[in-house]
Amino acid sequence: MSRLLDVEDLWVRFPTRSGMFEAVRGVSFSLGRERLGIVGESGSGKSLTGRAILRLIRPPGQVQARRIDLDGHDLLSLTERQMRTVRGQRISMIMQDPKFSLNPVMRVGEQIAEAYLLHANTSRRQARQKTLEMLEAVRIRDPERVARLYPHEVSGGMGQRIMIAMMMIPDPEILIADEPTSALDVSVQMQVLDIMDKLVRERGMGLIFISHDLNLVSAFCDRVLIMYGGRIVETCAADRLHEARHPYTRGLLNALPRLDAPRPRLEVLKRDPAWRDEPGVSGRQ
Amino acid sequence: MSISDPEQPNVSQSWRDWLLTDTPTSRRHARIAALYQGWLSFRGNHMAMFGLFILLALVLIAALAPWIAPHDPFAQDLATRLKPPGTPGYLLGSDGLGRDILSRMIWGARITLYIVALVALVAPIAGLFVGTVAGYAGGWTDRVLMRITDIFLAFPRLVLALAFVAALGAGIENAVLAISLTAWPPYARIARAETLTIRNSDYIHAVRLQGAGPLRIITRHIWPLCISSLVVRVTLDMAGIILAAAGLGFLGLGAQPPTPEWGAMISEGRKFILDFWWVATMPGLAIFTVSLAFNLLGDGLRDVLDPKEGSQ
Amino acid sequence: MNTRADTGANTGADTQATKGANGIEIENLNVWFGEHEDRVDAVRDASLCVPEGGSFGLVGESGSGKSTILRALTGLVPTWSGRMAVLGRDLGRRRDREFYRSVQMVFQDPYASLHPRQSVDQVLGETLSLHGFHDIDRRINKLLDDVGLGPAFRFRYPHQLSGGQRQRVAIARALAPEPRILLLDEPTSALDVSVQAEILNLLVDLRAERGLTYLMVSHNLAVVGHMCSDVAVMQLGEIVETLPVEDMRAGRTTHPYTRHLLQASLGEMAAGA
Repeated sequence: MSRLLDVEDLWVRFPTRSGMFEAVRGVSFSLGRERLGIVGESGSGKSLTGRAILRLIRPPGQVQARRIDLDGHDLLSLTERQMRTVRGQRISMIMQDPKFSLNPVMRVGEQIAEAYLLHANTSRRQARQKTLEMLEAVRIRDPERVARLYPHEVSGGMGQRIMIAMMMIPDPEILIADEPTSALDVSVQMQVLDIMDKLVRERGMGLIFISHDLNLVSAFCDRVLIMYGGRIVETCAADRLHEARHPYTRGLLNALPRLDAPRPRLEVLKRDPAWRDEPGVSGRQ
Repeated sequence: MSISDPEQPNVSQSWRDWLLTDTPTSRRHARIAALYQGWLSFRGNHMAMFGLFILLALVLIAALAPWIAPHDPFAQDLATRLKPPGTPGYLLGSDGLGRDILSRMIWGARITLYIVALVALVAPIAGLFVGTVAGYAGGWTDRVLMRITDIFLAFPRLVLALAFVAALGAGIENAVLAISLTAWPPYARIARAETLTIRNSDYIHAVRLQGAGPLRIITRHIWPLCISSLVVRVTLDMAGIILAAAGLGFLGLGAQPPTPEWGAMISEGRKFILDFWWVATMPGLAIFTVSLAFNLLGDGLRDVLDPKEGSQ
Repeated sequence: MNTRADTGANTGADTQATKGANGIEIENLNVWFGEHEDRVDAVRDASLCVPEGGSFGLVGESGSGKSTILRALTGLVPTWSGRMAVLGRDLGRRRDREFYRSVQMVFQDPYASLHPRQSVDQVLGETLSLHGFHDIDRRINKLLDDVGLGPAFRFRYPHQLSGGQRQRVAIARALAPEPRILLLDEPTSALDVSVQAEILNLLVDLRAERGLTYLMVSHNLAVVGHMCSDVAVMQLGEIVETLPVEDMRAGRTTHPYTRHLLQASLGEMAAGA
């Protein structure tokens, strides 16, 4: 499999009053033209891993890695200016809540066109044309009308579809989606995932899908990394997630209430302090 | 976590642990630990510490005025009038009546602190009261209280203060009263804005579900959250208040001669400003320093008390 | 798991009078926000009935009005019409302290439902004193024990607690007046799955021990299926279907929207299984 991204030994640290807090501790993984899921609970370091790749961790946070390799370029050695062309053009990111990612005083059509103009050298007219195509691609029925709306006039599901359109329009090679659907209702969730899935597959992109939802990840991804305490504790094919062996993964799976298999009591995850200290698993292929 | 650790060198360490703990063991412990952690983050801000240092020095000077002032601030000696700074016995020079400027500034620190303390007591408390009641009650109460606030806000502060002083008579208490009366509306606005966001939060709903009445909710639950932003704002406004007091003094409507109020001292120095610059400059520098100190302190306090607005 | 409904109602002496009575009755409830042309009808003509000691779930997507019903019931939303009764007593515009002694609520987001400047001790202490208890010290420790926290947590501030611990404090606060009805507004949707399991188990245990009546709001069918015996499905402010959980599990639904919801949540699960 051709490697789009190769991350080796990634650390993210934050200085605190009681010493250095290590949020991500030596994570290694690679990404091909596939859908890679990163699951874990809050505080597992999954979101910080995504942000660290795009170098979005602000000081005093520190990012360190042997390498973060994108097509033979080490992202850590790029200047901030070069990094800006990487963000968006080559790696895009979709955040949890579209409300906070869209500019509230700009029409959504303009925002999408702006994203395109920033990276492609074309006319405004063409950008507009492309915007409407893109809105259609994310299955917005009346793109002309929606393009004229302001972010507060669209629903959560539509907002997230607009975000996807905006992130996809510069044709990036990699999309990082950080809990893209957890602010949405279940029925809308599936639709948004479906759209994202189709676009990613059609364009042969790599997708890093960060989520706390095991079922969602196993349904949607090809490969899964399970993170705990800043490390990858287990990696497996997504459709075999239910055969996962690590007690943490097992515990998470068993803690879920299930409509099809009712139980009087839910299993409670017992955290073993040893999990934190055992060596991490590499997610490189 | 025993404090009476037998190993001597570890005593300070265990004190630190006791203060930084995440698992306080009593009400007092929890409060002290919270204060200490606030102090630690305040201490990290050097400019704010500098401001605090100046203000502590000011308090100390005011408290010790009778002992550290080299001269009687009222003693006139026309033989030594308008001596330049550095003259033996007159470190910062003397004024038009031969009084020692340094001594007058030292005694003036008391008056400045007096004004600051009174305004800081009256204006924010009035503002807090009006703002939280208006914000929490809503409806007609809100409309009436806020229109009154608007009326006060529509006047230039110094002009309104002038009108009050003119009506009440010149004097330092009246000046303080006038400044307070013009200073409260911004606090009322801040407190109301905060209240509007707080009152719809789940923790307020939760106490309402315990059957708590509006009075308890405002005083026990909303005030503690408004106070931090008001403290910051008051500290930042202090410079303006000192300047307003000085301005009234300068216009002859505040402290009356021979009171050594800094603004009044500048006013007296105005007559000689071209030939004897120090008479007006020295109290001016004092006002400048104290105002700056309050601003620095306010910035630091904002980072501690109001992390959401601070520069993180 | 058919141990619901009639397990709990026999605690205390006064239950004799209300035994067999309904815990919560809601008939033709309308709730709206705003007036005249700005009026938004959040709940329309909703009726439901929870027997004392029962556990009832309200499911629906965001904006379906499910939380609004809880807020109207507790008096947090004053603009409603219809009939609401709790433990056989009709509710008027105002709720008295007696009402709050029998009905309490746990909010969705434990990060927003605790006062940021008050320690656990202050939160519980104030609640207890508002309800006129005197042995506050003993009761605080008891409450903390009941929700599985223990006395070590008593003097902590919210920022020193994890999400799950905060939700336990919120539950302790709701239990303080010894209510007979708990309204649960998405009590675990802001928590991690492993913490969700702990909180749901705690809620199940508390209901069994105290014979509480639950009215639970959730968007998660699996959570409601785990906690409740009957479910009402809401869409756009209306209850479109009320059915026992067994029927829902078995797919015996009549309304297309229920089926749609069921498919969405089962589909996700089946794909993962």
